[in-house]
Amino acid sequence: MSTVASPPLDARRAAHAGSGKRRKQADRIGNRVLYGACLLAALICAVTIALIAYQVVHGAAPAISKYGLGFLTDTTWQPNFGEFGAGSLIFGTAVSSLFALLLGAPIAIAIGLYLSLLAPAGVRGVVAPLVEMLAAIPSVILGFWGILVLAPFAHETLEPWLHDTLGFIPIFGPPETTGSSIFTASLILTIMVVPIVASISRDLFQAVPRDLQDGASALGATRWEVVRGVVLPSTASGVVAASLLGLGRALGEAIAVAQVIGAGSEIQASLFKTGDTLAARIANQFPGALTEMHKASLFYLGAILLVIGLASNLVAQWIGRRFGYRGAAAR
Amino acid sequence: MSGAAFDPTAPLTPSGNLRRRRLFSRLAECGATAAALLAVAVLAIVIYTVVVRGASALSLDFLIQGAPTGIGPELVGTAVIVGIATAIAMPIGVLVALFLTEFAGNRAARLIRLTLDLMNGLPSIIIGLFVFGLLVNHRKQSGLAAAVALAIIEVPLIARGSQEVLLLVPGSLREAADALGVSRWRAVLGIVLPSALGGIVTATVLSVARAAGETAPLIFATSVFDPGHYSLNPLEALPNVPVRVFQLSEEANPSGFAEAWGLSLLLISFILFASLGARGLLARSRRKMAS
Repeated sequence: MSTVASPPLDARRAAHAGSGKRRKQADRIGNRVLYGACLLAALICAVTIALIAYQVVHGAAPAISKYGLGFLTDTTWQPNFGEFGAGSLIFGTAVSSLFALLLGAPIAIAIGLYLSLLAPAGVRGVVAPLVEMLAAIPSVILGFWGILVLAPFAHETLEPWLHDTLGFIPIFGPPETTGSSIFTASLILTIMVVPIVASISRDLFQAVPRDLQDGASALGATRWEVVRGVVLPSTASGVVAASLLGLGRALGEAIAVAQVIGAGSEIQASLFKTGDTLAARIANQFPGALTEMHKASLFYLGAILLVIGLASNLVAQWIGRRFGYRGAAAR
Repeated sequence: MSGAAFDPTAPLTPSGNLRRRRLFSRLAECGATAAALLAVAVLAIVIYTVVVRGASALSLDFLIQGAPTGIGPELVGTAVIVGIATAIAMPIGVLVALFLTEFAGNRAARLIRLTLDLMNGLPSIIIGLFVFGLLVNHRKQSGLAAAVALAIIEVPLIARGSQEVLLLVPGSLREAADALGVSRWRAVLGIVLPSALGGIVTATVLSVARAAGETAPLIFATSVFDPGHYSLNPLEALPNVPVRVFQLSEEANPSGFAEAWGLSLLLISFILFASLGARGLLARSRRKMAS
């Protein structure tokens, strides 16, 4: 290939052929090695998932064989007496996550609408990254902030106010002595759920064809009617999938919840009482767990969490795929 | 409006039903704007609190001394853990992304993408349990176990991010390489990968920012440490920032709170600057690739 023509033609040809053969061989090896490495990396991921499931179930085995499925409904949790049941924790997980989603999803969808349809380009460029920043705050810092800033505020301002105005509903009972409550945990979870759902729904709304919206406007629809009649119906499945992903995040959050929920062990109607979730109980008690059964029971909680987490994730993906929009599941 | 005689002098303002609809639409717009403002306000309040309360704790001694004066060992420990985690996760993540874009057939790609999504959606506390069962149980806590846990968190993020930029590499580049008789692996390593490098670095930095603040797995892997001494040995428990913040926040001790605010400030500023920088880098490399 060189342009410096000095050696005789034959020699050059021979050298070229030799190097070509060697090169071909090297290429064959190179191709195989690269392919092998890529395949190996992909396999590592798949194996990791399987190993995680195995380890969690394996660790839980003693508790599973001792308590069986009754563990799910039993509400006693007394490590000192060797009695364990996940009932109140499943309740706490469900209540705090659902409340967070109930509060967070409408806000997040509104933010998605604002960012995709309303905001001027300049504002969007600033606000969108800021909302995503919210998701980047580490949960331990959010939880710490929750203990020292949000919990007192909730305890002194929000809870009395809610109790006074909506106290006839049993979930808004009288405030307790501290701000550690399921309510505070839900607020923290809301802060975590909102950016996730907001950024997915923003992408969904942006993908709605401009023509459809313009058509509706041309027929005299107001901006809200365009949203109500065109944007939301065409993205509904994606929004549901996004909310499920947010729910999955809320269900699995351990640290921040452990910090603010107050580690109660009873099922109570009022949101202002202490409670606990599956993940938070593991985070709080695992370092101090002394007996094997205590550890195994915490692993059992993990197994329940794993099943719920995987299920909500898979359902979100399934909805995303089944009803059209693929981008939602891609996140 | 029907029935009434047409009055050409009437002002062109909406009335009746239309007025109601317009008002409602306007209200909805205000609601959406308020929601966005609320999110930004919460972010501002959190960051403001952390900055104001953390700044008073900062000093040179605070940064380099061990406990009880400072937090040096935690900073070093977190750097070691996250460094090892990234060293494990980056090659795997990039290779998985290459597998997805360059080699995998349709079905294999779908399966791997599902695996990555599931990995990404796993609660981090589960990863902690896994690492405890695999590496800590019957042995002792170690920085290495923590690094493995963080690597599991980082891999799907790096793979996803890299895959997105790899897909942006123009097909004409690959075709040109093929036409010149360049073999597959040379084309991938010499052409595709370098032109996606900006995006891969971005994805890695974002994953580092995420991993640096992750607490749940570290509670299992490296929570029993001495915050008074520097340690670089990843085979024993390393002091680290997130677990220390968690521990301090559980003790009701004002000077501990001051230390935790200082730690939070450092952690949050690292994370925010890293992710902002990464985003800027991504935007630039996207523009470059598009032009």
